[in-house]
Amino acid sequence: MLLTVDAVTKTYPGDTGPLTVLDAVSLSLSAGESLALMGESGSGKSTLLHLVGGLDTADAGTITLNGTVITGLDDRALAELRRTQIGVVFQQFNLIPSLTVVQNLAFHARLAGRLDETWVNTVSERLGLTTVGARYPEQLSGGQQQRVAIGRAIAAKPALLLADEPTGNLDEDTADTVMSLLVDLTKEANTGLLVVTHSQARAAALDRHLTLSKGSLA
Amino acid sequence: MMTRVVLQALLSHWWRRPLQLVTLLFGLALATGLWTGVQAINQEARSSYDAAAQALGQGDFDRLVAQGGALIQRQTFVDLRRAGWLVSPVIEGRYGRGEDRVTVIGLDPFTLPPSAGAPDLSDDNDLAQWFSDDGLIFVHPETQAALPDGLPRAIPNLSVAIGEVVTDVTTAWRLLEVDGFSHLIIAPQQPIGLTPLDDLIPSLERVRPDPAGDIAQLTRSFHLNLTAFGLLSFAVGLFIVHAAIGLAFEQRRGMFRTLRALGVSTRRLVAVLAGETLVLAILAGLLGIGLGYLVAATLLPGVAATLRGLYGAAVPGTLSLDPAWALSGFGIALAGAAAAAGQSLWQVAKLPILAPAKPRAWAMAMDRSQTRLALAALVLFAVTVVLLIFGSGLVAGFLLLGAFLLGAAFLLPWVLSRLLRLAAPLARGPITQWALADTRQQVPGLSLALMALLLALATNIGVGTMVSSFRLTFAGWLDQRLASEIYVTARDSQQSEDVRALLEGQADAVLPIRSTDIRLEGQPAQLFGVVDHPTYEQGWPLITALDTPWAQVASGQAVLINEQLWRRADLTLGSELALTADWALPIVGVYSDYGNPEGQAIVAQAELLQRFPDVSTLGYAARTDPAQVEALRAALIDIGVPAGNILNQAEVKTFSLDVFDRTFLVTAALNVLTLGVAAFAMLASLTTLAGLRLPQLAPLWAMGLTRRHLALVELARAVLFAAITWALAVPLGLILAWVLLAVVNVEAFGWRLPMFPFPFDWARLAIWAIVAALLAAALPAYRLARIAPAQLIKVFADER
Repeated sequence: MLLTVDAVTKTYPGDTGPLTVLDAVSLSLSAGESLALMGESGSGKSTLLHLVGGLDTADAGTITLNGTVITGLDDRALAELRRTQIGVVFQQFNLIPSLTVVQNLAFHARLAGRLDETWVNTVSERLGLTTVGARYPEQLSGGQQQRVAIGRAIAAKPALLLADEPTGNLDEDTADTVMSLLVDLTKEANTGLLVVTHSQARAAALDRHLTLSKGSLA
Repeated sequence: MMTRVVLQALLSHWWRRPLQLVTLLFGLALATGLWTGVQAINQEARSSYDAAAQALGQGDFDRLVAQGGALIQRQTFVDLRRAGWLVSPVIEGRYGRGEDRVTVIGLDPFTLPPSAGAPDLSDDNDLAQWFSDDGLIFVHPETQAALPDGLPRAIPNLSVAIGEVVTDVTTAWRLLEVDGFSHLIIAPQQPIGLTPLDDLIPSLERVRPDPAGDIAQLTRSFHLNLTAFGLLSFAVGLFIVHAAIGLAFEQRRGMFRTLRALGVSTRRLVAVLAGETLVLAILAGLLGIGLGYLVAATLLPGVAATLRGLYGAAVPGTLSLDPAWALSGFGIALAGAAAAAGQSLWQVAKLPILAPAKPRAWAMAMDRSQTRLALAALVLFAVTVVLLIFGSGLVAGFLLLGAFLLGAAFLLPWVLSRLLRLAAPLARGPITQWALADTRQQVPGLSLALMALLLALATNIGVGTMVSSFRLTFAGWLDQRLASEIYVTARDSQQSEDVRALLEGQADAVLPIRSTDIRLEGQPAQLFGVVDHPTYEQGWPLITALDTPWAQVASGQAVLINEQLWRRADLTLGSELALTADWALPIVGVYSDYGNPEGQAIVAQAELLQRFPDVSTLGYAARTDPAQVEALRAALIDIGVPAGNILNQAEVKTFSLDVFDRTFLVTAALNVLTLGVAAFAMLASLTTLAGLRLPQLAPLWAMGLTRRHLALVELARAVLFAAITWALAVPLGLILAWVLLAVVNVEAFGWRLPMFPFPFDWARLAIWAIVAALLAAALPAYRLARIAPAQLIKVFADER
């Protein structure tokens, strides 16, 4: 199993006492499998994604990625994990504005120390970015920027790719294209894919979907 | 009501960002403080010059002086009074040595015009003592603290100028060992039907009052220098304010749009923002005036030492509070805030109501201005070249410097961007690649702070090179010039004969020091008489000379002049210099004479003594084996010469270099202050930009860079910026030094100095610049290293 989330709990301090955002949530994901995480706003989807991505730490429970228990790792180890095992795609793309498209695509792979030029070119081609390689992010459309963000994550060959509303800023047609590219490329790379989305249509393109409600799986 | 609501909304920005508010206030206060401080110092000095010029009516009344600066005979005064002219005699001369030297002014209280400010002699005891053999003197309380020995009882009097001693003419004659008057004051109201002065005494010249006085004229350049420094500091401070206000406006663009959409008129919005700026300027102005007072009070003793050392001008070492400079401080704070906010207010006035709610990237907006700034720089460089070719005078020199420095500062962002773009392909690892690309993108946001740093560094290098070159030249010149091994000043003319006899018996050569104050080419000057001795030929560095200048001087047929007189009066070799009404000699050489504000000329001593029989005969220099100096000193003390009146060569050099170093203490202090302001500008910019940078840094953290790693990159970036700016500041500073040495110094002091490089000083400055940058980046970097991951995650969470 690529990813195992076991009874993970997360609380935040609230105005009227601790607020439980995730309550003993458990799930699992295999390599090359895709999973949609759905739920209303505030249900804990993004929090779960952040915990799995080593961006935040759980209060209870364990998360195991590729056989390594990541809950309890220190800051440095978590950074190492994010650099080498995980790719993240955000709603707002979060590209590096000072680097060109080509440099952005290769960036995470170079950080992870496993740049494969052929694979980066393949990804770039599949995403239709070859003609805009020399441009800067601000010179691209929203759809193009999100494709660069996906390409950056996949080019690093992570074991697990996390996407938080990756199509939230795109129109329906572009969102469909981007999502199918995401699914296809992760399948090709045998990468696990965990996507947070509000959209039933987007979720339908993935292998499985789970719904969170008030911090628990429905 | 609506205004209050709008104001509340606008001010909420500052509540959320107190550090930005502090930055803005402190930046404007610093700028105002340094400007106000310099103005306060100038004002204090000018008041002193005015007091000196006004004392005893010298600034208000016409005077009669003898041509060539000779003394007026007593009989001339008597003749004029008998002819009905209401004139009053004054004798002026210098008494004492070194730091304690004072100007003795002897006057006759009975003949002084009523408005001339005669000392108060209403106390019978004082009156009696005034006319007694012992005499009585009036001095400023500050002068009283360090009077030379041998003066009569002193009464403190605030109306006497600092450094001056007022006494009766007969007491002054005794102290100065002269007989006669320096000038006669002419009362403004005279009886009708008098014989014209030209008919009565054609040898005397009537001189109109000089409201500014010689000292004010001489020190004009020094004060202009200080003002230029003040302006520079103000400009550096303005960069901070401009950055802080510009950023605050950009951050609130969304709020402005919302307020406009909710029905607030553009006019009201602009008015409230202008009001906000005004309140901030008033607060900063108050703080700045306080800072200015502190700066002035701290620097004034140094300035007073400088003015005393360079010009012999007496200025009090303590500061009095003057509303004039406090008001000017307020004015400059308001003007500075208006200048910094003007552009932003204009943009708000023109802001379309449907402008994007997302704040336009401030840095990106600044990027567009890079090209405009570079073009402005070219215009300023063109102005520099025009001034270099066609400009003349001190003001043109400073304008040239200003245009050049500002042009260089304007060009900096463009140059930095191009340099970083050129360096980008050299990056090997992804982090270096990102850091370089990201650094280039940070240039616009930091450009104002970096411009301030460039100005401060270039000024440090330029002024430092000037001062160090000056010191090196001065020390070398002292080594040559102070060839004699021992210098003695006898207590009186009787002892002078004993000293001469002793020196002639024990030293290898005796070189009597004889001089008198005169006016040459309309300027105050000293005329020295030297004996024929190879010491002068070997030791006095001549800038330019005809053949055998010393031999011609020794024969009484020629005169040597110092560089100051040569440049100021535009004299040429071979031309005749009028020394007195009936004595003119050809100029055969020009010698450098650093540290002396006045013109000077050298003639044969015999000629001097013949023309000016009253000159002081107390000073001697002597050549001897250095090993014999102590024995000679002991022998001189044995015949009653005070130990303090005997100086060996090393002591004179140490004293001279000490005066020199103290003279430039103020410059060093202002250098440090300007660098401090620039460091603050960097701190301000980095701190305020840090908040804007989180969205750019959070993805990197998400991709596996630790917060500590990111913080280190931020520190490295600050170091890189400081290092590049320093590297650019070095050539800029050297050009500045050249202009200071070759243009400004010649105009200000009358001497031109060779320029020497001081790489060690530049290296030290590089370290300081990097330390300043590290300190400025330390707080934002520390915060980044310790930022809660939740804050970084929030960047992504905020997306929805």
